[in-house]
Amino acid sequence: MYAVMEMADKRIDEEKRRLEALFRSLITRVAQNRDRQAFAQLFDHFAPRLKSFMMRKNASSELAEDLVQEAMIAVWTKAALYEGSKGSVTTWVFTIARNLRIDRIRRDVHMPMTELGDYDEPSEAPEGEELLGRKQEDGLVARALQAIPAEQRQILVLSFVEDMPQSEIASKLSIPLGTVKSRMRLAYGHLRRILETGL
Amino acid sequence: MKPNHHLDDSTLLAYAAGNLDEAFSVVAASHVAICPACRSAVRAAEALGGELLETAGALGISEDCRSRTFAALEQAALYRLPVAAPRPALPRALTQFLPVASLEDLAWKKKAPGVAIFDMKLHASAKGQLRLLRIGAGRAMPEHGHGGEEITMVLTGAYVDHMGRFAAGDVADLDEEIEHKPVVERDGDCICLVATERPTRFKSLAARLMQPFVGI
Repeated sequence: MYAVMEMADKRIDEEKRRLEALFRSLITRVAQNRDRQAFAQLFDHFAPRLKSFMMRKNASSELAEDLVQEAMIAVWTKAALYEGSKGSVTTWVFTIARNLRIDRIRRDVHMPMTELGDYDEPSEAPEGEELLGRKQEDGLVARALQAIPAEQRQILVLSFVEDMPQSEIASKLSIPLGTVKSRMRLAYGHLRRILETGL
Repeated sequence: MKPNHHLDDSTLLAYAAGNLDEAFSVVAASHVAICPACRSAVRAAEALGGELLETAGALGISEDCRSRTFAALEQAALYRLPVAAPRPALPRALTQFLPVASLEDLAWKKKAPGVAIFDMKLHASAKGQLRLLRIGAGRAMPEHGHGGEEITMVLTGAYVDHMGRFAAGDVADLDEEIEHKPVVERDGDCICLVATERPTRFKSLAARLMQPFVGI
């Protein structure tokens, strides 16, 4: 049983590594050569996922496609800013889409999220940040998500995918706000442990 | 500046997910901008977002959306890596909401002896309240709990309470239940950025009577 799981883990890791390496080479081609074919491959992978992601956050199909369009254009225009040491291409696309969506909600171009990723500006990257890109590539984050107990994973999905604030999650699940927070802390603790130890 | 008091992990996750209320996001972003540990923590949380994007399903894209996107590429202005600039004195996440460049030049409203506030204007979608709080050197605040969520970041000066010393860059990301009695250090005013959900309620009667004036 354990050996089977290990093999499954290994397959996930290999698939992740292969995909991430492909995305990185496509982003590089977009950044350096304005390569439309490379962009089309990125579009075909990410646009349908972004659309689903937006619609799960209650966006209409029209708004979802609007945001997909904006996000994919940002992938094109910001490709030169992508820094592999700070995270995977998928995570970068996630932050772009998240920020655009917040902008849309606030109807304003300014927002306090701009400094967070620092994907948009050069920064002195501490060692911990340098490592994350590599570890994500190795599929550790995916593995962490699978290892997290279901009740904690559910909270992550409600927060990241369904876009629910903690208070809404609490009332949806009929649990105290403090329980939502402690499950988030536990889930995050699992992630950090797996990223740090690789187990 | 390496802060000693950090954001709660649950706050970091909500921030990375993009659904932390704007008032709290400004405080979180201001701290993250100067705290390498929390920056790396947010990146790890964002990686969860990336994985969940991969696994949250895929829906067909209309031909219209696809062709509009590709048509827009020609005219799209490209971003270049900006030249590294020295870190500003205050995080941009904060200064973009200030009408003037320096905290000294703000139109502070005196609320009580040694206490002044400045209300910050957020977007209409914000549910929380964001304000700057300036407390005079050596002042003690009445013991108070927080009627809801509250995150405070010290911008200048320092205060001490039973949880320790909070100096520039530190955040107090408190549970609702915690009551505290902050005392500002003697060598200067303490200016804090405070996001709250609801007005705080002070414990003692005298303090509660003062609340309409202090407004915190």
